[in-house]
Amino acid sequence: MRSVRVIPCLDVDAGRVVKGVRFVDLFDAGDPVELAARYDAEGADELVFLDITASAHERDTMVEVVARTAEQVFIPFTVGGGVRTSEDARRLLRAGADKVALNTSAVADPQLVSELGEEFGAQCIVVAIDARRRPAKSGANSRVGRKPDVGKHGGAGGERDGADTGADGRSDGREEASWEVYTYGGRQATGIDAVQWAVRCAGLGAGEILLTSMDRDGTRDGFDLLLTRAVVDSVTIPVVASGGVGTLEHLVDGATIGGADALLAASIFHLREHSVAEAKRYLASHGVQVRPAET
Amino acid sequence: MIAVLDYGIGNLRSAEKALVHLGADARLVSDPEVAATATGVVMPGVGAFGPCAAALRRSGLGEVALDAIARGVPFFGICVGFQLLYEGSEEAPGVAGLGVLGGTVRSLPEGVKRPQMQWNRLCRRDGTDSALLAGLGDEPWVYFVHSFAPQITEDVVATCDYGGEVVAAAERGRVWGTQFHPEKSGTVGLAVLRNFVKAYSAEESTAAARRAWISSAQ
Repeated sequence: MRSVRVIPCLDVDAGRVVKGVRFVDLFDAGDPVELAARYDAEGADELVFLDITASAHERDTMVEVVARTAEQVFIPFTVGGGVRTSEDARRLLRAGADKVALNTSAVADPQLVSELGEEFGAQCIVVAIDARRRPAKSGANSRVGRKPDVGKHGGAGGERDGADTGADGRSDGREEASWEVYTYGGRQATGIDAVQWAVRCAGLGAGEILLTSMDRDGTRDGFDLLLTRAVVDSVTIPVVASGGVGTLEHLVDGATIGGADALLAASIFHLREHSVAEAKRYLASHGVQVRPAET
Repeated sequence: MIAVLDYGIGNLRSAEKALVHLGADARLVSDPEVAATATGVVMPGVGAFGPCAAALRRSGLGEVALDAIARGVPFFGICVGFQLLYEGSEEAPGVAGLGVLGGTVRSLPEGVKRPQMQWNRLCRRDGTDSALLAGLGDEPWVYFVHSFAPQITEDVVATCDYGGEVVAAAERGRVWGTQFHPEKSGTVGLAVLRNFVKAYSAEESTAAARRAWISSAQ
């Protein structure tokens, strides 16, 4: 039996949970350990902490947060953000994190994925991919006036755009859409294709892919379902869909249309629009198998 | 003292912290001499069977584990630490496990994602009376991360459904093991560990009485 995991994501800056829209408008959402305990009690299946702090000093703060969480929260949790070296990863895992997510460091040195996988076990090593849609190619066949960003209207919209293109005798939407990997918190384009990168990471021994759509992150427009599906269909390791959840329906879409193994969301939980328990009831009532929230 | 065997593989903190959270005197132990004095032993393990088996041998803690089991000390193997109780694994042909439980460790069934990295429901084996699962509900959910699992033998007390029946927990006297991670399975997992702490406490009070008896003669 396959069950889908629901994962609240906590962006942590200097020891506090914050949430912003596309890395701006950050607001304080509380103490990470308290919030982690609350989500655990609500039935969260896992937690992800993303350390968005810049300074090395605050990195130590994150290690403390991890250690405190490990003393009180007995569900798996992943820590990402700023894991630059194998030593960073070691410190977090030793402090009690179950998994570390590598992003920029994996792109800079893919061997780090294998190296850490061998030392700690592949299941500890998550590769976080921040992906942004590439504008449709402007070749000889390109249509005048075509919107470059086909992702704005969700996966279904993207597919429709693709079908239009298909009528021109070109490939369908899924083959045509492509995404580029960004590093340094979304600031640095790498020229690497996101789907190919996911495949490579799986080959290097990553245990899981944490896939964030930069186009959707913080927009509350729903997951980039085409991106999610493209990666899910290309690798055999679990894929966590991230970026864009604004409604419970979006979670269902991520599991069904996107095919994700786990669903990550932040603001709908932090803002108390929905509890994790509500999200799970909604998923279950829409045919998605989840671990029921304890009542 | 419950010794959480630290043989140099992966993150072993979680098991220790969960036990401490339950009020047990649990410690990470890497020194075989210290581990030999434990009245309860937990053997975690993550990663692959081969490297774990090699590290267990190198550290000298494999022998300590076998001695503790022979003396009837409550023993709990978790994940790869559970698999190491068997004779061997398909994952590492030719590498010996401790062989305390009969049978070998096999790959998960074809046609499912490997690893199984998710929560799944436990299904108790008919006719088994399990101290490990005492007090848990009918089909409790627990967290799994694994690509291999022991074969089904008479020691198995619970399975889960993942492309077929997959071993989730086994018990043979005071030797317990779970393929799932009790230290990461929320309240259900803590209840499993509490059952172990209970078994350990009984052992510990006997051991304390023995120590008192010996010292009173001096």
